This record gives sequence, structure tokens and C-alpha cells, in this order.
Amino acid sequence: MEAAGRTTAEPGQAGLGGFARVAARRLPPAAAHGLWFARRRAEQLAGRLRRRWHSSLQLRVTCTTLVISAVVVAVLGFFLAQQIAGGLLASERTTALMQASDGLTTAQGQPGMQGGVAPSPSALISLAGTLQAASGPRNVFDVVILTQGADGLRGVIGDQSLSQSLPGALTREVTREQLRARSDVLYYAPTSLVSADGHSRQSALAVGAPVSAHDQLYYLFPLTEQQAALRMVNTALVGAGLALVLLLAVIVSFVTRWVVVPLREGAQAATRLSAGDLGQRMPVRGSDDLAALARSFNDMAASLQDKLRELEELSHVQRQFVSDVSHELRTPLTTIRIAADILFEARKQLDASASRSAEVLQSQLERFEALLADLLEISRYDANVAVLEAESADVCDLARRAAADAEQLAARRGSRIEFRLPPGRCVAEVDRRRIERVLRNLLGNAVEHGEGREVVVTVAGDRDAVAVTVRDRGVGLTLAEQQQVFDRFWRADPARTRKTGGTGLGLAIAMEDTRLHGGWLQAWGERGKGSVFRLTVPRGCGQELAGSPLPLGPDEAEPEAVLSLAGDDALPAAGHPGVPGAAGAAAGVVRIGRVNGLGAAGQAAQPAPKATAGPAPGPGADAHG
Amino acid sequence: MRAMKGRVLVVDDDAALSEMLGIMLRGEGFEPTFVADGDNALDAFRQTHPDLVLLDLMLPGLDGIDVCRQIRTESGVPIVMLTAKTDTVDVVLGLESGADDYIVKPFKSKELIARVRARLRRTEDPAPEILQVADVTIDVAGHSVKRDGDPVNLTPLEFDLLVALARKPRQVFTREVLLEQVWGYRHAADTRLVNVHVQRLRAKIEKDPEHPEIVVTVRGVGYKAGPA
Repeated sequence: MEAAGRTTAEPGQAGLGGFARVAARRLPPAAAHGLWFARRRAEQLAGRLRRRWHSSLQLRVTCTTLVISAVVVAVLGFFLAQQIAGGLLASERTTALMQASDGLTTAQGQPGMQGGVAPSPSALISLAGTLQAASGPRNVFDVVILTQGADGLRGVIGDQSLSQSLPGALTREVTREQLRARSDVLYYAPTSLVSADGHSRQSALAVGAPVSAHDQLYYLFPLTEQQAALRMVNTALVGAGLALVLLLAVIVSFVTRWVVVPLREGAQAATRLSAGDLGQRMPVRGSDDLAALARSFNDMAASLQDKLRELEELSHVQRQFVSDVSHELRTPLTTIRIAADILFEARKQLDASASRSAEVLQSQLERFEALLADLLEISRYDANVAVLEAESADVCDLARRAAADAEQLAARRGSRIEFRLPPGRCVAEVDRRRIERVLRNLLGNAVEHGEGREVVVTVAGDRDAVAVTVRDRGVGLTLAEQQQVFDRFWRADPARTRKTGGTGLGLAIAMEDTRLHGGWLQAWGERGKGSVFRLTVPRGCGQELAGSPLPLGPDEAEPEAVLSLAGDDALPAAGHPGVPGAAGAAAGVVRIGRVNGLGAAGQAAQPAPKATAGPAPGPGADAHG
Repeated sequence: MRAMKGRVLVVDDDAALSEMLGIMLRGEGFEPTFVADGDNALDAFRQTHPDLVLLDLMLPGLDGIDVCRQIRTESGVPIVMLTAKTDTVDVVLGLESGADDYIVKPFKSKELIARVRARLRRTEDPAPEILQVADVTIDVAGHSVKRDGDPVNLTPLEFDLLVALARKPRQVFTREVLLEQVWGYRHAADTRLVNVHVQRLRAKIEKDPEHPEIVVTVRGVGYKAGPA
């Protein structure tokens, strides 16, 4: 029955997933959902366990120990049980054989057993009674005598049911021996006693021997006590094994804990140390391996702290040095400057060469001052002492101010600075001085390399960030130059003479200024097509930037739009639905109008679509410019 | 009121710079006197009664900030600091010790002259004008300020700042506008100047400088006179 039961259960187990799928197909939706949910939960649980398994050394070591020790204990216990059972049976066999041998001797000593004549049944009954009496009150064995009368009839002396329990192989052996007329050999075989009602079985040992030509003597030794003893031993073995395995698991768990806890502490200390808490140390207990680890860790932390302190002192010295140099250099430079100013003022009274010298002196002093100022600014960043003085400021306003500064240079180079500003203010928390300086640098750069073509400043903002792009249509940048352009003292083309006398540090400082805001400063360029520099700063101080409200790169809407603005108003600029954000921003802003220099504020008040939202307005919208 | 507005005391330890400053100032019609260290600065100030002090921040002996404080205890004369440092701490410390303005080395001659002139510029014979903000009364012609009838001693710069605000009560002035009107900067300059001097002005005229009622901050924009 059991086997049958198992065979029917198996297919169901093997295809649980398949069953679930089938069930899901057949079940009403609610139940299917429940099933799906249960599976989901099971997967989640499995996932959690897997993660726990991989993350906890303690769990892994404990489980492994548990499994290995369980296998070892099971194997050992099995062999032990076998040995004990074998030993018990062997001793019982010896006892049984001795008992049977005694009985045989007694039986053979009975009068009437020696002769070829079959003994009378009464004699046999009395013999059986005598032999059975030796069994004692505990009934250690049962005696059965099989007899074959002269008439060939077989009879059983003793319990009839017991004769059923005699194994056939044994009786056949004994009969064969009987025919050989030998009567000194005992045979034995294991058997099981069937009780009178035929239900319960009981292991037993059957021993048999021929007594005479007619009679066979059998002893049946029930193994009740041995079995009870064996059961007890087995129970004890299983119990002890389980206890041993569990104890082992607990011990391993604790031992691992002793190791793992300091390791975890170490890991935490290291984490805090790397987070900047240099005073972090591990507790040292005793002098074992873990203590050695803790000591080494502490030594490392201490030497790290020393090194950092040393560096800090060095940096302090450096800062002091820079400050001193700054003061020491600035004072004589001021003196030279005033002297040069006086000479410059008086140059008309000097002869031609002296007059020219005064002019050169003046201009080179300006360059020297700019260089010194930039160097000091960079060194301030290098010494990590630059402080962000953030306040709410309108970035459009800052862009206008920066443009006003660049206006003079732009006029000299024949460039025009155009604005594309969103309606209203574009407020962000920034350091006005620094952002204005960044924009001044970008504008100065754009004008210098703009080949006299227009420079377009676009400002836009979204919820999280404000961006300014400065677009020029000058020589442009190669891909490699886009990376190098922020390097210190990098020059676009060493062969080109510099006309404006920049220091070569402007963009490097701009980059540092931007970084201080947690913003981005990026460049795009293409040879002959000009370049775009984009500054993006978060609206709030310390916020993380996720994106920029303005694209970095050439605005496809630009050429026509600018053309139509600069030249013929009748030329409508194409709306570019392909780039909704970018085109929308450009077109929306163009509608505000071209803005020249500082006169922007008034025109910006005109209603206009939000710079970053919505698709591009239809053709003709730009004609308002 | 002295008739001639041109005596400038130059406190600087660098002889060459002092000499060049002297040449420059004389060229512009000023009358410079010199002192080379901080310890003698106050004596020199008392003797020469200058109309303006050009004060180097780093001096042997008493440093510029101490000298500035000493002069401020007895006079409101305009003080322009010369500094080689642009760090906020140094600048703010200098301004808080009482300097009206500062100029960073190296500077252009014209720039310094413009600052000096701006500090010395006073409207000649101003029309009699009395301004009232809360319980503060300002006599513009008489250069005096009274709070509840008690005279308050303001430096000329603080006075100018207060008058600029009080002339248009309830109008909000941005720091840039104040820099132009009071300090005479035509171009973007350091708004810290305004912040520091508003603090100094409040310390003198407000009952509780922590909760100002006369010079009120308008967050994100600037300042205005009168209650919010």
C-alpha cells in the first residue's frame, strides 16, 4: 500500500511548477492571484535566505558543521548499532547452544531413547516437561519435540503453534542429520515466532538436533530481551547523536561568533575610519590572532592619522606660505604699479621709446597681476581653503553682468553677445562672485576664439538645476581638446598668438568654481563649427545634479533662428519637433527677442512659453524676434 | 568742518610703497603724511588730524585692525584699508574693526584715488532736511542722529548709509544700489561691505540689533528703512 501510495504521489512532486501553472489556468482569478502571490512570497523568502547565507559567515560555518557532523554521527551510529546487535546475538547464540546441548544430553540419557524403538508419547511428554522446566519462571525458551511414530505419523510434543515457527531449512537439516544417524550436531537458525492469533511476530533463535531416529528436539529462544536492549541502545544512540550534533552546532556557532564579532567590529571601525573618523580604533582583547589583527589595525589607523596630520600641517604651512608670498609679492607689485601708472600718465612728455616702454610696462603689469591673482586663486583651491558663500541670485542677472564685462572685448573683436533668457528670474543658491567669474571666463573665451562672430548666451532652469550655455561660432574644439580645455595653462593652438593675454588659468579656475557648487562645467566643440560651454548648477546648495536643463552641443534650431534674427525678419525659422526640449527652449526664448547687452530686463517681461516645457511653437513664432 | 579736505594719513611699513603713494596723492592734490608702524599710528593721527586714513592691514607692532579700532574709539574719520588678503575672514575682520572701505593690493592708482575721493566727497552745504525713521531722527544738514532725543554717534559712512535708506522709507535697496550710492562704486563690488556696515549701524541705532526695526533685512533682496 505504501509503495503504491508513493508511486501516485511522485508525479505531483516532480512537476510542482507545472501543476501550479495548470492550476492557475483552471482556477478562478482570485485563487490564481493567491497562488501567484504565494509563489512570489516563496521566491522572496528564498532570496532573503540566499542573501543571508552569503552575507553571514557564522550561518555558513554553523550549517556546514551541522551537515558534516550529522553525516559522520549517522555513519558511526549505524556501525555501532550493528556491532552491538551482532555482539548481543552472538552471546545469546552461545547460551542457546549450551542450553540445547544440555537438553540433548538429558534427552539422550532418557531411558527408551537409545533403542530403535520409538519412545512412547507419554515418555516424550514427560521429557519435554523436564526440559521445559529448565526454562525457569521467565520462560527463557520453549521446547518442541517432533516425533515420527512407527506408523509414520508425525507428532508434535509441545505448543502446536510453535512448531509453525520452526524454519523449514532447519527442520530439513535436522532431518537429513537424523537420517545419517548422527545425534551430536546442533543446528540453529533465526526465525520469528508467530503468536496464536497470527498477528504479532517475535524474533527468535531456533536450535534443533535429532535425539533419536524418531525424534527431533527443538529449542526456541525468543529474543525479547535482546530486542528490547537493542531498541534501547538504538534510542540512546540516536539521542546521543542528535544531542552531539546540536551541541556541536551550538559550539561552532559560538566559536564563530567569537571570531566574527571582532571581525565585524573591525569592519565597522574600518568603515568609520574611511568615512573620516581618524580616531577610530578596535578594542584589543588578550593576545590571540584577533588581538593581533586589532593591534595591526590600530597601528595602521594611528600611522594614517599621523600621516594625515603631517599632511595637514604641510598644507597649513603651504597655505601660510601662499598667504605670505601673496602679501610679499603684492606690496612691491603695488609700488611698481603706481610708479608705472605715473609714468604712463606722463608718457606724452617722454621721448618715443621711453613712452612706448611705459605703455608696455603698463600692459604687462596688468597681465602679471592677472596671472598672480589666478595663481593665488588656484592655490587656494589646491590648499582646499576655498569657501562657498552661497546666496540666492538670479543667474540671468549674473550672465548679464558677466556679459557687460566682456562687452568691451567683444566690441574690439567685432563680436556681438546675444542672449536667450527665459521669462522671469532664474534663481539658484550660488556664490555670485564665483558664478559671475565662471561666466566671465566662458564669455571671454568665446569672444576670444569666436572669430568675430556672434556669441550666444542661453539661460534655462528646471525644478532642480539652472544651466547657462555659451555658444561661439569660431575655431571650435576637437574631441581631444574638449577634455584638455580645462587643464591649467593649456592653449588651444600653441602656434596662435594670444591677443587678449589670458592667463591660461581661466577655465581651470572656472572648473574649480563649478565643482565647489557641486555643478557641471562641460565643453562641446567641432573644428570650424565653434564650441559650446555649458555650466549647470543645482538650484539649492549641496543638491545632487541629475541632469541639465540645456543640451550640450549645437542647437539644430540655431542656424536659421539666428539667421532670421540677424538678417531678414521675413525668414521664418523652422520649428524642430525632433528635439522637443531643446527646440522648445530655443524657440521659446527667441520669442522674447534678441537681447543686447544690459537692455534685457524690459523685453524679458513679455509673455512667452516656459523655456523647457511644451513642443516647439509653429513656424513663424520666431518672427517676433 | 575744515575748509580743506585733503589731508591723508598713510600708515604703511613699506617705504617704497609709501613714497609712491605720496607722489600719487600729491599729484592728485592731496596732502599726505606718513607713519611706518602701528604703535605710532595713533599719535600721528592725533597730531595731523587727517581727513582720511589709508591703513595697511599688516604692520609691525600693532596691526592694522588694532590701529583701526583705536582710531574708531575717538573719531569717525574715513578709513580705507590696504590689504593683500582677499579671504573673507580678513576682509570682514578689517571691516568690523571699523574700516569704511578696503582695497586689495595690487590696485590701480585711479582706483585708489576714486575710493579716496568717494570717501571724502560730501555734499557741500546740504539743504536743511530732517528725516524720521521710527524713533530715530536724522538732521541731514547738521550731521546728527538722535534716538528718542539722545544723540547717536555715527561715522560719516554710517550716516550716509542711514540717510540713503531713510530718504526713501519702505523702498528696498539692493546691496549693489547701496554700494553705488554710499560707497561710490560704479561697478560690481564686494557686497560684504554693505553687510558689515549695516551690522555696525544697527549696533548703534537699534534697540535690539537682533530684531532690527530701523534697518530691516528683506531676504534675498537687500535692506530698507522702517518697519516691515
